[in-house]
Amino acid sequence: MPDSRDNKTNTNGVQTTDSQWPLWEVFLQPPNGAAHEHAGSVHAVTAEQALENARDVYARRGEAVSIWVVPSSAITASTPDDMGPFFDPGNDKPYRHPQFYKVPRGVRVF
Amino acid sequence: MASQPVWSDSQPEDAAKTAEFEARIARGETIEPKDWMPERYRKQLIRMMSQHAHSEIVGMLPEGNWITRAPNLRRKMALIAKVQDEAGHGLYIYCGTETLGVDRHELIGQLLNGTAKYSSIFNYPTLTWADIGCIGWFVDGAAIVNQTMLAKASYGPYARAMVRICKEENFHKRQGYEIMATLAAGTPEQRAMAQDAVNRWWWPSLMMFGPHDSDSPNSDELRRWGVKKKSNDELRQRFVNLTVAQAKAIDLTLPDPDLEYDEATENWRFGEIDWAEFWRVVKGDGPCNRERLAARRQAHDDGEWVRVAAAAYAAKQQRSSEAA
Repeated sequence: MPDSRDNKTNTNGVQTTDSQWPLWEVFLQPPNGAAHEHAGSVHAVTAEQALENARDVYARRGEAVSIWVVPSSAITASTPDDMGPFFDPGNDKPYRHPQFYKVPRGVRVF
Repeated sequence: MASQPVWSDSQPEDAAKTAEFEARIARGETIEPKDWMPERYRKQLIRMMSQHAHSEIVGMLPEGNWITRAPNLRRKMALIAKVQDEAGHGLYIYCGTETLGVDRHELIGQLLNGTAKYSSIFNYPTLTWADIGCIGWFVDGAAIVNQTMLAKASYGPYARAMVRICKEENFHKRQGYEIMATLAAGTPEQRAMAQDAVNRWWWPSLMMFGPHDSDSPNSDELRRWGVKKKSNDELRQRFVNLTVAQAKAIDLTLPDPDLEYDEATENWRFGEIDWAEFWRVVKGDGPCNRERLAARRQAHDDGEWVRVAAAAYAAKQQRSSEAA
């Protein structure tokens, strides 16, 4: 459902009800089994049309075996302002990485 | 100028933020849509990216002109696919521009009412089939040189759109060069047609890189903020160096008597561009400026019933899902 419908004039100066369609974020899954990845966005009136537009805009050369479209307004994202404290719990724990642990000399393949 | 902050419309308290922003760029970090950025950076990007998107869209017109007259089915299929790619490229960049908080509707409005610019190359006419070859070879070739640089731009969404575009542009350039090579190896008439197209497209293609660095008001700022990594003149030189050998390989002559290899710099020196012509076309007085805008307006107005119908369909779907 177009939510930004407004009255405007077309280029001939005629009043129209032309509107900008809602924005959808597009995620493609490549054929090699990797996860869906953000590709860009499209405007569309329905989810079905968003899928078709996404296919025409982002998958003209077999780039995808699957497409997700999500209304942009439905996405909640972390903000750059709280980047430090928000990710902090994951940044100060080197013991979560294998390099933290020593392996005896001579053990080559571990 | 470079030692002064280039923005002037910011609040004083932004000085610290700007310093941090510039430090991030100096460290090679990517700026993302939600990050703080100077208002001037945002405005310059909106201007540059929307011009770029408009260029892709208007660029469909000179080539679309030849789809019905392509010499065979193979050429026709390739040209349709190429023109469709140009539409896609326009949409990738509009999508990137929207992340800066501007409406696509508004951007397209600026194109249609003539306040936005697009690349002046598309204001030249495509008179023969060889022009289609020349556009692929020169115009897409020049675009690749420019876009390969922009794929490293500091603004993430722009850089990512460029990566996507660069992957596709090589097809465009090769299909154009193949057309030229075929004509150049053809009958005397075909050779003459190819050479005529080269003569007409060479100089406007060099103009695509914009004014000399000394006359390019936006260049300093864009380089300082990592949007552009090379100057107009550097990119133009790279394009000339790449193209001279390609012309020689298919025995066509670039129309510049001053073209000469400089051993010391390993560059091909070339003659002076007709900047009066460049500015005339930029300011709206090229051979096809009015025709191009009229065609875009017509297409927009002709598509209105489709947009209205799609919106009505969506409203109906909504109602029936609510009733269910």
